[in-house]
Amino acid sequence: MKSETLIKIENIILQRGGATVLDIPEFQVSQGRILALIGPNGAGKSTLLLMLAGLLKLRQGKFYFKGKPVENRDDLAILRRNAAVVFQEPLLLNSSVYENVALGLKFRRLRNEEIRKSVQSALDYFGIVQLTKRSAKTLSGGEAKRVSLARAFAIKPLIILLDEAFNSLDPPSRETIIDDLKRILEETKITAVLASHDREETLRLAQDVIVMNAGKIVQSGTTAEIFNQPDSEFVANFVGTESILVGTVNSSNEGLMEISVAGKIIEAVGNFLPGQNVYCCLRPENVTVSNYKQDKISARNIFEAKVSKVIRQGYFYKMTLDCGFPLVTYITVPSYEDLGIVKGGTLIASFKATAVHIIRREK
Amino acid sequence: MELIVQGIIKAFELIVSFDPEVLGITWLSLKVSGIATLISLFIGVSIGTVVALTNFYGKRLVISLINTGMGLPPVVVGLFVTILIWRNGPFGFLEILYTPSAIIIAQAIIATPIVMGISLAAIQNLPPNLRLQILSLGASRLQMVWVLIKEARLPLLAAIMAGFGGVISEVGASIMVGGNIKGYSRVLTTATVMETGKGNFDIAIALGIILLLLAFLVNLLLTQIQQRQRPR
Repeated sequence: MKSETLIKIENIILQRGGATVLDIPEFQVSQGRILALIGPNGAGKSTLLLMLAGLLKLRQGKFYFKGKPVENRDDLAILRRNAAVVFQEPLLLNSSVYENVALGLKFRRLRNEEIRKSVQSALDYFGIVQLTKRSAKTLSGGEAKRVSLARAFAIKPLIILLDEAFNSLDPPSRETIIDDLKRILEETKITAVLASHDREETLRLAQDVIVMNAGKIVQSGTTAEIFNQPDSEFVANFVGTESILVGTVNSSNEGLMEISVAGKIIEAVGNFLPGQNVYCCLRPENVTVSNYKQDKISARNIFEAKVSKVIRQGYFYKMTLDCGFPLVTYITVPSYEDLGIVKGGTLIASFKATAVHIIRREK
Repeated sequence: MELIVQGIIKAFELIVSFDPEVLGITWLSLKVSGIATLISLFIGVSIGTVVALTNFYGKRLVISLINTGMGLPPVVVGLFVTILIWRNGPFGFLEILYTPSAIIIAQAIIATPIVMGISLAAIQNLPPNLRLQILSLGASRLQMVWVLIKEARLPLLAAIMAGFGGVISEVGASIMVGGNIKGYSRVLTTATVMETGKGNFDIAIALGIILLLLAFLVNLLLTQIQQRQRPR
């Protein structure tokens, strides 16, 4: 899928107090895509996000917004008016929910009738119309987050920038808000960039991922690429050792799904509808290997696997298997020796349907 | 003890009888200190906000100076204002020494650093990302500043109360630049000093009670506004 470039950056170098905060030779945001910037604290994610929002002055390098160079104050103002940032804290003003959501529209001096309509539809999007008259300071964390998201969407931005926006939320409201946000981004086709250090959040939302470290881009690609083919030790450690498999639900029956992954079928627990695109996430400690196929075993997923990579990690081996799809597993030194494992050899890999963690995925 | 009781009785007599002289003094006090507080509000809030929102070399020194100014001794202010508006002083041509205007100027100088210091702290206390959030929603610089000031309205009301409380109870500067002229520049505090000096304790107590009552009523009003705004 080829989409147009919304923002393009060239040769950006940003220094603060002698230290290089950002050093980006090239970077772009494609229209209508959801891009995640991931990396450890201090990697420059938030700084890059503020730059994309037009909230940072450029000293070095080139910045293009919709193909036009952003050079002076006026260009920056145009960029700023088309971008909306959602921060980690909701940052609501001490007034009603309505006033908060209307804020950006009032800055634009729109007519009251227009403001009312936009506020209404933004509240409606996030399912919080009933909060309209509430005082913003009385809201729960999840409600406040919804209001701050609605406030950002109310101005109908071309791009929305989320800076660790879901960090301080409790898990259940976090999940529903992320799902709602995803649905709204799909419906509105608004471009989004999120800075995150949460893998689940990244998997749930992002189509593309950029891994950053110390102000530099370390790797970029689609979400599946980054999680499955980290091209450096740093990225591998950061994205974790979980196997992330791209699949589509084939059938779903009484909580047990058959998911097709690279031409194979994986069974997993859950009840997504057939046709739903998903990620199957599997932790290395949940994958068992043996020499022969067992007769009776509770694991519902059994695959023939080729040992493609073995790395000794202290008291155990980290082994990458090829079952038609990549699978990572840990194995202790004694087991490794008992099984007589060699690189390139064949094994039987098995894992339980309950061990597969399913996350909804974009096409 | 008898003195206090007599004073209180006298005070009530003066208040309920609407003694024109006491009424005049009270009204002048309220007017002079009210205007001085308003002036200090404009200067204090604007400079306080600018200092809070900008970064410049020597910012900490400036903040320390403002904070020191919050405890400016009224007599010192009185002294310098007197020197400045003295007949032969640089502003002598204004001919305002020993007038209510001179008291307003002196009191505004006393209240301004108080208002400035509190509003500076109030703006600085807002979440650091709030400015960026407001700008990212498309605010111009002026719109952003206005939203921030509105957001800090509770501590700003406290600034008004502190400023007004500081000047309505101040006597040193008022007596020096106002001259305590009967029926013209005599305010509650200067009148209290004079009556005490003359040994008229009953009148002095009465004036003191009115002063307290006045300060209380103004603060009650402001507190009502403040607490109604407070998030519940």
